[in-house]
Amino acid sequence: MSEPIHRALGLTDEEAESIASLLDREPNHLELAMYSVMWSEHCSYKSSRIHLKRLPTEAPWVLVGPGENAGVVDVGDGIAAAIRIESHNHPSAIEPYQGAATGVGGILRDIFTMGARPIAIMDPLRFGPLDDARSRWVAEGVVSGISGYGNSVGVPTVGGETVFDKTYQGNPLVNVLCLGTLPTDRLVLGVASGVGNLAVLLGSRTGREGIGGVSVLASAGFSDDETDSAKRPSVQVGDPYEEKRLIEACLTLLDEKLVVGIQDLGGAGLTCAASETASRGGVGMDFDVSAVPRREEGMEPFEVMTSESQERMLAIVEPGDLDRVIELCERWEVLATVVGRVTEGGDLRIVDGFDGEELACVPASTLHEDAPLYDRPRAEPDDRAAALAASPSALPAPDDIGADLAAMLLDTHWVWSQYDHQLFLNTVSGPGGDATVLRLKHPTTGADTGRGLALSTDGNHRWCAVDPRAGTAATVAESILNLACVGARPLALVNCLNFGNPEHPEVMWQLSEAIDGMAEACEAFGLPVVGGNVSLYNESLGSNIDPTPIVGVLGLVDELKVVPPGLAWSEGDRLVLLGDPAASELAGSQWAFDKGHRTGSLAPVDYEAHRAVVDLVRKLVSGGLLSAVHDVSGGGLGACVAEMAIASSIGCTVARVAGHAELFSEAPSRVVAAVSADLLGPVEAAATAAGVPLTRIGLASGEKFAVKGLIEMPLGELVDASVNRLPEALGRGTTQG
Amino acid sequence: MTATVGVVQFPGTNCEHDVVEAVGAVGGSATLLWHGDGSIGDVDAVVVPGGFAHGDYLRPGAIARFSPIMAAVADFAERGGPVVGICNGFQVLTEAGLLPGALQKNAGLKFICDESQLRVASNDSVLTGGTEVGDLLSVPINHFEGNFTCDAETEQRLVDNDQIVLTYVNNPNGSVADIAGICNEGRNVVGLMPHPERAVSALLGSEDGLVLLGSMIDAAAGARV
Repeated sequence: MSEPIHRALGLTDEEAESIASLLDREPNHLELAMYSVMWSEHCSYKSSRIHLKRLPTEAPWVLVGPGENAGVVDVGDGIAAAIRIESHNHPSAIEPYQGAATGVGGILRDIFTMGARPIAIMDPLRFGPLDDARSRWVAEGVVSGISGYGNSVGVPTVGGETVFDKTYQGNPLVNVLCLGTLPTDRLVLGVASGVGNLAVLLGSRTGREGIGGVSVLASAGFSDDETDSAKRPSVQVGDPYEEKRLIEACLTLLDEKLVVGIQDLGGAGLTCAASETASRGGVGMDFDVSAVPRREEGMEPFEVMTSESQERMLAIVEPGDLDRVIELCERWEVLATVVGRVTEGGDLRIVDGFDGEELACVPASTLHEDAPLYDRPRAEPDDRAAALAASPSALPAPDDIGADLAAMLLDTHWVWSQYDHQLFLNTVSGPGGDATVLRLKHPTTGADTGRGLALSTDGNHRWCAVDPRAGTAATVAESILNLACVGARPLALVNCLNFGNPEHPEVMWQLSEAIDGMAEACEAFGLPVVGGNVSLYNESLGSNIDPTPIVGVLGLVDELKVVPPGLAWSEGDRLVLLGDPAASELAGSQWAFDKGHRTGSLAPVDYEAHRAVVDLVRKLVSGGLLSAVHDVSGGGLGACVAEMAIASSIGCTVARVAGHAELFSEAPSRVVAAVSADLLGPVEAAATAAGVPLTRIGLASGEKFAVKGLIEMPLGELVDASVNRLPEALGRGTTQG
Repeated sequence: MTATVGVVQFPGTNCEHDVVEAVGAVGGSATLLWHGDGSIGDVDAVVVPGGFAHGDYLRPGAIARFSPIMAAVADFAERGGPVVGICNGFQVLTEAGLLPGALQKNAGLKFICDESQLRVASNDSVLTGGTEVGDLLSVPINHFEGNFTCDAETEQRLVDNDQIVLTYVNNPNGSVADIAGICNEGRNVVGLMPHPERAVSALLGSEDGLVLLGSMIDAAAGARV
């Protein structure tokens, strides 16, 4: 006997039974296909929902929290900011260019669905090691895809992170964050209301791309190349030109108040958009599948309803406005077709012509509200106690500390110089620094508020591999400190939780611990979580990735008059360390992992001490007292100072670092600042008043990079190691002369 | 007296609002011109801004040149009106035959968005009238197809007629003769790959675009008189 159809669609036997009991009959093939995509891990969060509830989500400035297409916060002056982060890990592993490109397209639609104009993209990326040919191919393709789509669609990519590590070999992470702004009074939600209103499909024709992408691709791991190649047709293909026109058309419709509700078509395509808008509005919908414009002949209704063809939106429109909607769409050369009618009751009926045959009829709310909720078994690793006790402090001191430092440095200019990061004339601090700063202009009048929005994305798989709870808390803390380095205070957090196979109890334990760590840190800092995405089944050849929660934090700069100091110091600057001068914990550090040591106990975040450092740094930056500033994170104090020296092409002499442990420790709540000699007094006084330890550690000068007793080398060697790494591995992006 | 600049908007154009803002920063006023219209109305200068007109399908500018607005722009240029093409706009102007040469893919075969240093090679054009030859300007670039190319005869003519207006200090894309921008023989049509509208404020990293856009406004006001 052949496999039952529900299993081929990715549904378990129990899930199939519960569909039958919800409907009180056996579902037909089309209905089963619709449930299979909506109940997929990707759409339903069935393994993670039970844990996500523990995150704090409220603050007075939060207008829309998790669960909508994007989180929205009030940023003052009648402006709201919409923000969301998503993953496109699996499509990018299979087809890097299109996977990454459609990731950008998808996140943009989530933002303009809320009525916001997308103004910035950030891309946290994780690839396998540079000495692996396939990982290089993936990295090159992903960066090209982001560049090709993002630049063309006309939204600047203003930052992100790029990390190469063995844990991502075979399963890269391609996360994408989008920020948009809207007049606060234009906020729209993906809600259908008003019986008799019309559902109008905008944008591309529907083809066979990405059918079941969420269930087949995003909700299963990778095995080997042959089966993965067979999944390639599940990857969608993006068209940034179509998306650009779709953005302009939709924003014009919103400006003219012609839509009641609007919803993007992402994972699970029309099924998701139709059922979610209807269900949120407490109404039903008759959906005419025969009216959907198609790319190819002979498509079955289930293909039309689950296709993930890109660049489509579903708008709910009053019948009297339809002519104007079509006229405006024609101006932007965007196809607009009536495909549905809002009905009473709560049924989503798929029909072949509004007066034709009924092909499916299900209560719309059951497609998502009744999706299964799993409390999957969790188990901490058997050897956890021993692992926590096995400190990397026992590792021998390196013979050549300078070489170890050089090996950690990675200048990402090769990546971000391929992204338009300047469009819209907002980018004050762009990629390559601790955080991005954008001018905050009114989205429709263009009026400059004199304030700024700041963004940082952060993730650290090493910290989270050692301790998912403490590591995630430290990640949140780092992100807030990054914002302080550009003078911003945090407003809201979004997260992308990249984990392995949730059917492995250890992975579920990691996920649960990470959520607890995030909740704890967010509560300590009064930071609401306004949205998130969970990406599971990040595994290849039976091996799960290290847990990689990525956070994106949005902040506000209250007065944006000058460019934040950035990393580059000036000749003669005094260097000071703010925070604990004796920190030496190596657990979770890049240095320890480079030595193959993956255990120990992370230095915990002392929230009170961290807040004091954050507030002090923000005050010093806002007051213009620092000539450069950089937080201590991956690679420790050594990498921090080296990155500053490289950014400024000026060397330094650093003292008072006891040994390699103090140099490479990644203990939290520490910042290196460069201060001109005449401002040292005021900076020291501010630190004393804030109760933050300040240690004079050296001088910026000359062409040598020296850490007394540990390193003395020409700065040029570190510059070469850092700057040349990506061009040498991935090919030079530019030619000179 | 101030000048009004018409900024052409094709589907896929994305720098139009930036140019409008930057024109405001140099004291001009700006209005958008829709690609489907056959007239540019009562404007004193035209900017064809950057972006991806018609998705850059076929090749950058190849479809845009057939837009109704381009006939009106060509007519305006013919009458001596100032026309400046920035980035994709430069590509459109070469496709439309208003400027010689062509823009091909960067020599490194990568998109480049970065700072660039320009040297003023001629101040006899509507975009460089307020500069001195030899001035160094920091103006960012943002393109994949910015590698200016032409045959040797055309290159010689550009040199002989002093039509090369801006060159790169460090050629980022392989352009012939380090060309960043050129003008036509009438000196009223200029195309350049760098984005002067992105260099109009110290907060954005450079104010060196102001003198270029200011020159254009002055030329426009002068042309109207």
